[in-house]
Amino acid sequence: MSRIDRRFAELKSAHRTGLIPFVTAGDPAPDHVVSLMHALVDAGADVIELGVPFSDPMADGPVIQHASERAITRDVGLMDVLRWVREFRARDAQTPIVLMGYLNPIEIHGYARFAREAVEAGVDGVLLVDCPLEEAAVLQPLRDAGLQQIMLAAPTTAPARMARLCEVAEGFLYYVSFAGITGAAQLSTADIAGRVAGVRAMARAPVAVGFGIRDAASAKAVAGFADAVVIGSALVERLAGAVEADEISARARNFLAPIRAALDAH
Amino acid sequence: MAKIADFNAYPDVHGRFGNYGGSYVAETLMAPLAELTEAYLRLREDPAFIAELDHDLKHYVGRPSPIYHAERLSRHVGGARILLKREDLNHTGAHKINNTVGQALVARRMGKPRIIAETGAGQHGVASATVAARLGLKCVVYMGAVDIERQKINVYRMKLLGAEVVPVTSGSKTLKDALNEAMRDWVTNVADTFYIIGTVAGPHPYPMMVRDFNAIVGREARAQMLEEYGRLPDVLTACVGGGSNAIGLFHAFLNDPDVRMVGAEAAGEGIASGHHAASLVAGRPGVLHGNRTYVLCDDNGQITETHSISAGLDYPGVGPEHAFLKDAGRAEYAGITDDEAMEAFHLLARQEGILAALESSHAVAQAIKLAREMPKDGIVLCNLSGRGDKDVHTIAAREGVQV
Repeated sequence: MSRIDRRFAELKSAHRTGLIPFVTAGDPAPDHVVSLMHALVDAGADVIELGVPFSDPMADGPVIQHASERAITRDVGLMDVLRWVREFRARDAQTPIVLMGYLNPIEIHGYARFAREAVEAGVDGVLLVDCPLEEAAVLQPLRDAGLQQIMLAAPTTAPARMARLCEVAEGFLYYVSFAGITGAAQLSTADIAGRVAGVRAMARAPVAVGFGIRDAASAKAVAGFADAVVIGSALVERLAGAVEADEISARARNFLAPIRAALDAH
Repeated sequence: MAKIADFNAYPDVHGRFGNYGGSYVAETLMAPLAELTEAYLRLREDPAFIAELDHDLKHYVGRPSPIYHAERLSRHVGGARILLKREDLNHTGAHKINNTVGQALVARRMGKPRIIAETGAGQHGVASATVAARLGLKCVVYMGAVDIERQKINVYRMKLLGAEVVPVTSGSKTLKDALNEAMRDWVTNVADTFYIIGTVAGPHPYPMMVRDFNAIVGREARAQMLEEYGRLPDVLTACVGGGSNAIGLFHAFLNDPDVRMVGAEAAGEGIASGHHAASLVAGRPGVLHGNRTYVLCDDNGQITETHSISAGLDYPGVGPEHAFLKDAGRAEYAGITDDEAMEAFHLLARQEGILAALESSHAVAQAIKLAREMPKDGIVLCNLSGRGDKDVHTIAAREGVQV
């Protein structure tokens, strides 16, 4: 059983909603990514989504775009991200890590080489925003190496296609709460509750909901109908500008603590 | 690569041109892309749609555009005859209108009241604003802040036509970033918005649809050659940024094995300098803006900033069909530097009384190089994709002239 599957099984038996924070690797400080990841776990993260910086993040709003740009300015690349995961694994063998990003950095690195190095570093899954089902054949070397491909589902996804996604989803299915880019605040939980319920009924994998969740209240609202919540832009925004390891970790803990509490109170 | 029997057989149903193309976009866009593909494939067989498009191309765009024998230029070069396909004479001054007229009609048939577009040099933005005004559609154009600065005239033209021009300040603040931002708009407003992509890039069906709408250039040229010269040209040339005017000219000739094709990419300050935008000449296969194609990027897969004197060629990717034609050996691609393009611009102005766009000046420079090495009875057909009025400020500034 993969680390992701095991973690969701634990959550289910404990009747808890999973918390999946997203941070852009290398932002706010490349030297403190590993300590930040540990802080996320201390604050109650169940899975970590680590963003691989890309120069042209088509599906991201300004907050994550700028975090990506800052990381690239500091020369952060895929090799650094893998090195940080390896360092993180030295102290944490349990928390699943999903690399989130775009295809080109992996395409250029080479799929087979990436698969080997990512598994060796301790990566559990990948969520490649610009690699829909139709193009997923290129990721076969990743699957062969044991990496899970986290698929996205969206409000625009047609029923037949949704059924197909639910069939092939592994690890967890990431349900995008609205048609838009990351960081936009237009979550309408009433609208999506029914849709997510439908998806959960069909999907073999657990369903995480992301986009538009930015605080304890929105997380709690979603917790009623999702297996996990993903929080990205609001966290990245909170971390931006911090310099020292202690400050970065403190900001992460202070941001996540009330969200964790709200999920657990659910 | 195996020999290609029929170049018209591409792309396949997944939008793939061999190893290139496809739909590398976020899940949210898969449904609108499928809807667009379905609508477009239906409309391109619809006699009423075809008749409306033909009518607009004739009466609004001013087609057919002539083929002009640049006699003085040819004599000056001292080689083969250089013929110019005069897309600069179209309404709005470039080939871009062929595509926007077509896509705007698709938008209207799909019931989308709002149009968005990205633009580099501003030609596609102007062409989009133009057709939006004519059909009474709302139009928003995304344009890099750097490009807004160097193409002020076109920005003002778009505003006069009623479009909103949104400056893009992320990344390199040029065409690629404008495309990212337009894509973000589309993903947010999929229900009422039609995205008119201006080049043969982006996810399927755009490379196919934009090519089809521009392919009238080559269809006309092929017929004109046979009628006026009784033969096909020996070689075609066109500039390649995203590659829409080049594929437009090339496409009707792809199955004519004796017709050579050379695309002119922007070599900027020289390929060796690193300051260029020559994706096919100096790039490698990667994934950008929804398709697999040749891209300019570093070893981390980050797309690199490009340079060209011409905003319309300043793009780090290229249409996937060009990537396919390059690998298949059907078309060749070469770099033309800023200096070579400028020299060709002046030569054409003085020899023929034509101010070419800086983009098209790259094609003219390539035509001159080719003609020089060919016998006098040879024919080079060059796509003069746009007129140069928009560039006079750039040229004046480069040459230290106060206008």
